[in-house]
Amino acid sequence: MSTSLLMFLLFIAVTLGITYWASKRSSGAAAYFAAGRQIKGWQNGIAVAGDYMSAASFLGIAGLIAFFGYDGFMYSVGFLVAYLTVLLLIAEPLRNAGKYTMADVLAYRLQPRPVRAMAAISTLTVSTFYMIAQMVGAGALVALLLKDSGISFHAAVIGVGILMIVYVVFGGMLATTWVQIIKAILLMSGTFLLSILVMAHFNFSLGDFFASVSTVTYHDHGQVVVKDFLQPGLRFKPPYGALDLISLGLALIFGTAGLPHILVRFYTVPDAKTARSSVVWAMVLIGVFYILTTFLGFGAATIVGRDYISSHGGTNMSAPLLAQSLAGNIFFAFISAIAFATILAVVAGLTISATTSFAHDFWTNVIHNGVERKQGEEVLVARISAFVVGAASIAIAVALGPTANVAFLVGLAFAVAASANLPVIVLSIFWRRFNTAGAVAGLEVGLLGSIGLILVSPSLMAVYPPSVVGAARHLIQAKALVPLENPGLVSIPLGFIGAILGTLLSNEKTSEDKFNELLVRSNTGLGSEKASSH
Amino acid sequence: MTNSASKLGAADSPQYKASQSTWNAIAESQEFKDLMATKRAFIVPAFVFFVLYYVALPVLVGYAPQFMSIKVGAVNLAYLFALSQFFVAWIIAGLYVKAANAFDRLANDIVNKAHDAQGGK
Repeated sequence: MSTSLLMFLLFIAVTLGITYWASKRSSGAAAYFAAGRQIKGWQNGIAVAGDYMSAASFLGIAGLIAFFGYDGFMYSVGFLVAYLTVLLLIAEPLRNAGKYTMADVLAYRLQPRPVRAMAAISTLTVSTFYMIAQMVGAGALVALLLKDSGISFHAAVIGVGILMIVYVVFGGMLATTWVQIIKAILLMSGTFLLSILVMAHFNFSLGDFFASVSTVTYHDHGQVVVKDFLQPGLRFKPPYGALDLISLGLALIFGTAGLPHILVRFYTVPDAKTARSSVVWAMVLIGVFYILTTFLGFGAATIVGRDYISSHGGTNMSAPLLAQSLAGNIFFAFISAIAFATILAVVAGLTISATTSFAHDFWTNVIHNGVERKQGEEVLVARISAFVVGAASIAIAVALGPTANVAFLVGLAFAVAASANLPVIVLSIFWRRFNTAGAVAGLEVGLLGSIGLILVSPSLMAVYPPSVVGAARHLIQAKALVPLENPGLVSIPLGFIGAILGTLLSNEKTSEDKFNELLVRSNTGLGSEKASSH
Repeated sequence: MTNSASKLGAADSPQYKASQSTWNAIAESQEFKDLMATKRAFIVPAFVFFVLYYVALPVLVGYAPQFMSIKVGAVNLAYLFALSQFFVAWIIAGLYVKAANAFDRLANDIVNKAHDAQGGK
């Protein structure tokens, strides 16, 4: 048995142990959906970091920097700065006024049924897109990392899917939280170790390190090229590169505060003050991690090199290959196991946010008018929907196959979160005149606008020569109608305009009358949900 | 919450219920207006500053790549500006936490007063 497989199995054993422990402890809806609101600030901070730093960050950004230098680092910056939006505008009002989902906050002053129905659709869309991207990536990655053990793409996808279903169905939010905490600690340790090894390679001289980064040599179309990897512009090129970069930045800093799997984490702490401290904890971890991507990415570019990475699995393998070249197969196995843990923690977080929204917003509040007919029905529905969500993502990921071009789905998830969810949350907390028609219009325009713009963008439209076959081909073989890969620059204003126009074109006195209640609740914490006592 | 057939709408939060006129009275009280003014005085400028400071990065990198490539020691302006974003974000977060202690005090007074008005809790 390979070392990688052994480490994978160890991680699986520990997390299943936690799930068993959590399943014994948790009873009732607040326990299942919000871990009884008893998670401590630092714990939730680490869990937010574990929920957020996906394989796309760990492997994807290391790869982007290894291949495109500075432009890859631009992602790192946005991923941290985004938490200021969460901290300043969203986390505390949400914790004060809500119960399990973002729609709780909207439903205070707006008509609950249409608003919750649209919010649930938006939440499920964001979570599903994000999840499919993770699952396809996970399958390809696990199959690659465990190549020697003979595990196929399909077996890997099914394995990841089943584990995620087990965590969420049996362990609920409590198990998910601890899986995320363990993963974050593993990820941080691995990143620190890798960074120290990179610096050791350069005799702990930052000067030598950056000197090497400014003269990276590789082959491009058979030609030897030497590039300064600290120089911007290797990925985002004229004429539209600059706009795309701005568009990406906006989607990151406004989208994070609208990602359902991040928002639900703030309901797991006792009060708004703890929610605040957990954001700060998360910012410390996330910031340190993304600064260290400097060493991971540039280290892979200089020590391993683009040529070698291209012929050994491609961009996503940059960090594991760096580990292998610096400290051999054991370290490669360790970093691979971390990547695996990373994927599992994120998909578990996505599943629980999707199922919470379905059970709480859609089933209980839209279909049954806010009344739970039998005790425990909401949790039961959530468990069933976790099973369905898991099975559906396994099926979609298997159908798409390992070469599917799904990276754009992560961008789409951020774009929808920024263009549909964020405007509506912000306006409902801060704008007295805001009403139901505005919320529904904002969610619809933001959602459809983002999806529509991505459909006609270079992510889905490109002309390939006939030699490129199968799923690696772009879906639509025609010239892109919109030059931007990232729709945020257009779709975020569209979401706001939709919400504002929808409001101004309609009249709803009750939503204005009830604004004061939401204003007081969200700003003072009066009447906020308390931690359950044992 | 273990009672069966419980109402689950957020508006039916069991923790504190009050009539609309009570909410209006709290919202129009001087204490609450002070809280909102204190919060606004920090949050609005902090938010505007961080968005402008952040957006300046892709704008400069995208439209002035030559300028941003100017070497500063072992690195260049682009990398230093990107790195500064992390520290600026941490500083704003730190300042916010400090300012928020004052928000908490004002908010607690309002919450206590509201509970007292309902006969204590």
